[in-house]
Amino acid sequence: MVYLDYAATTPYNKDVLKTYTQLLEKYFYNADSIYSQGIEVNRLLEKSRGLLAKMLDVDEEEMIFTSCGSEANNMAIKGIAFQYQNRGKHIITTSIEHSSVYETCKELEEVFGFEVTYLPVDHTGHIHIDDLKKSIRNDTILVSVMCINNEVGSIQPIEEIKNVLKDHPLVKFHVDMVQALGKIKIDLKGIDCASFSAHKINGLKGSGLLFKRKSTTLVPLINGGQQEFGLRGGTSNACTYIVLAKTLRLALENFDQKEKYVSKLNKYLIKELQTIPDVIINTGGKVSSHIVNFSCIGYKPEVILHALEEKDILISTRSACSSKTSDVSRVMQQLHLPDEVAKSALRVSISDLTKEEEIDKFIYCLKEVLDSIKKQR
Amino acid sequence: MEANYIVVRFGELTTKGKNRKLFTQKLLKNAKEILFEFPQLQYQLQYDRLYIYLNGANHLLVNEKLKTVFGIHSFSNAYKFEKDLDVVKDAIAKMINEDTKTTFKINTKRSDKTFPKKSQDINREIAGHVFHHVDRQLKVDVHHPEMLVTVEIRHDAIYVMTNVIKGAGGYPVGIGGKALLMLSGGIDSPVAGYLTLKRGVDIECVHFAAPPYTNEFAREKVFDLVDKLRHYTHGQITVHVVNFTKLQLAVYDHCDESYAMTVMRRMMYRIGEKLAIKNHCLALVNGESIGQVASQTLDSMNVINQVISIPVLRPVLCLDKLEIIDIAQKIDTYDISIRPHEDCCTIFTPKAPATKPKSYKAEAFEATFDYETYVNECVENVETIVVDANYKNDEEIF
Repeated sequence: MVYLDYAATTPYNKDVLKTYTQLLEKYFYNADSIYSQGIEVNRLLEKSRGLLAKMLDVDEEEMIFTSCGSEANNMAIKGIAFQYQNRGKHIITTSIEHSSVYETCKELEEVFGFEVTYLPVDHTGHIHIDDLKKSIRNDTILVSVMCINNEVGSIQPIEEIKNVLKDHPLVKFHVDMVQALGKIKIDLKGIDCASFSAHKINGLKGSGLLFKRKSTTLVPLINGGQQEFGLRGGTSNACTYIVLAKTLRLALENFDQKEKYVSKLNKYLIKELQTIPDVIINTGGKVSSHIVNFSCIGYKPEVILHALEEKDILISTRSACSSKTSDVSRVMQQLHLPDEVAKSALRVSISDLTKEEEIDKFIYCLKEVLDSIKKQR
Repeated sequence: MEANYIVVRFGELTTKGKNRKLFTQKLLKNAKEILFEFPQLQYQLQYDRLYIYLNGANHLLVNEKLKTVFGIHSFSNAYKFEKDLDVVKDAIAKMINEDTKTTFKINTKRSDKTFPKKSQDINREIAGHVFHHVDRQLKVDVHHPEMLVTVEIRHDAIYVMTNVIKGAGGYPVGIGGKALLMLSGGIDSPVAGYLTLKRGVDIECVHFAAPPYTNEFAREKVFDLVDKLRHYTHGQITVHVVNFTKLQLAVYDHCDESYAMTVMRRMMYRIGEKLAIKNHCLALVNGESIGQVASQTLDSMNVINQVISIPVLRPVLCLDKLEIIDIAQKIDTYDISIRPHEDCCTIFTPKAPATKPKSYKAEAFEATFDYETYVNECVENVETIVVDANYKNDEEIF
């Protein structure tokens, strides 16, 4: 099988899986119990938190375990919105955020009476810093911008946003870093909250992480016990939390080498795609090497996807989290591309596990598929 | 830039005449134990120096570990170069570039007089090169430089040494015999242990636990403290945990409340002495500091100390609490010590303990029950655990 959908999820790292199974067999105890077994589980959990903090160069108490990236996004955005609503009820985000940010903002607008500005993007999926500057108002309390877009791979100007927000110390800055972790160098200075997910870096599903700077207060969404500093009640999913440290360590191991390798693969993939007539590359500008978005003009993307699936090649049409909704993806609509381009978009996402032969096979099969199936629109 | 080797200078032990060799060899042995996680290191012991060849080990990591080895006065990272001044100049510029300090001095010693340039000229030449190749503002300060770079031109090669890093001082641990540290889990006793180790005396520890009145957290706290202290030894410390519950309850049954604490401390000393003799320890050590609590008035110490005959060392006797805390923070035990878990001294605190106890009264209370059986039972049933690098070693999980 040729798996080219690493942006949707990644296979488990063998070491992570082995450690996780061993932990599960050994530790079923509640990490908050005060007998020695509970203390031991709690110690390992806290050690994991400490190691994660070290790897991300932040403090231990700034790391909050969650169940996924979406939860981390919800926790940060609603938490900040509710906490600081007395300062104002205006939020700025972009029009191409992941559904967990987009829908959260929609809810804040529709149910809780917030005002949200959705920054427009250019045809490669990048916001313009001037648009942001113009949008900041006296009652703005939060800017939430994703680091790497999950459908087109565009990298947003996070450093420039930090600079703009230096003049607005009361505006909190949240960054969805789910697609960025392990892919590009992450610097959390100047950021108040950041969301991460384990399953995008060969870790477990059901495992996410929120960075929350000490100076930022959140209203908790799950009220309950003392777990996660009172920000997320519920019995700790201890073994999952414990193994996240190893997951991240392995993901960051040989970082430069992996980055170079994927970047080389990416160039090769794009070069090969460009040789195919009817294929247009939608990805451009400052962009992650892991995601390539392209359109096969005149073809229905689902048909290509399933035709490739028959040949044991897995790619996707858009974000897996909103794959079962309307015709054209919300993100693609926002790029203001010609209709036939937006309609026929496909996403290939690679990782350091991808081999060059797999790209060759994909290109070969894609050509075959395009020759054999009928154009539908 | 990675250093090639580390030059280690000895401390006070240089004054020790004929025993010198014993001292330096003990120091070498301790250093090897502390640095055991770097198997690639090679050691060369000379009369007045110890050379540690790094063979690729990260010098900063080794530096950190080396700072806890007693008997080391100071050490420096050293680099070996071929006899090409241009190579040396570039390397020094790079080293200074990696640092953040703002004043420096180059000090050249030319023992190879065939080398064509003179020391003073070399100093100037290297400093000039540094000015041109370092991005930040720099000054030469020949009297009090923040960075002192020593360049030694010898026959075989050019050696460059950077700043002198202060060592832990003191004597190599083990050279002064062994003592038994009474470790409660508080702030003072780990500091007392540290200071004892500093003078070359090895330690074992005794901890009095009173389960179920004291809990697992209190026990873990003690082991965590020992885990910090062991870095100042040869890498491991033996801990004896005494189950004190039965004896402690008996004391409270048979003594007036005001004397319970005094008698309890006398029992601890008795057990401590027996354990010390059994384990070849020549003294007891504890964290008593005059007047700090009721058991630490001079009157109390007098009455409590009477029951044993081996010496009791009290390294923090005359330190103020804040001075003790300073040391605790330096050796990283403070945060562990302040964890809020009860130890056996705090579980049944009397309202008004005697601050001026009399020994005849203590003896009278003790005569009302057969304490010796309890004491012997405590000694026999002691639980002995060695804390070493395996303690809380969970590398596999992480």
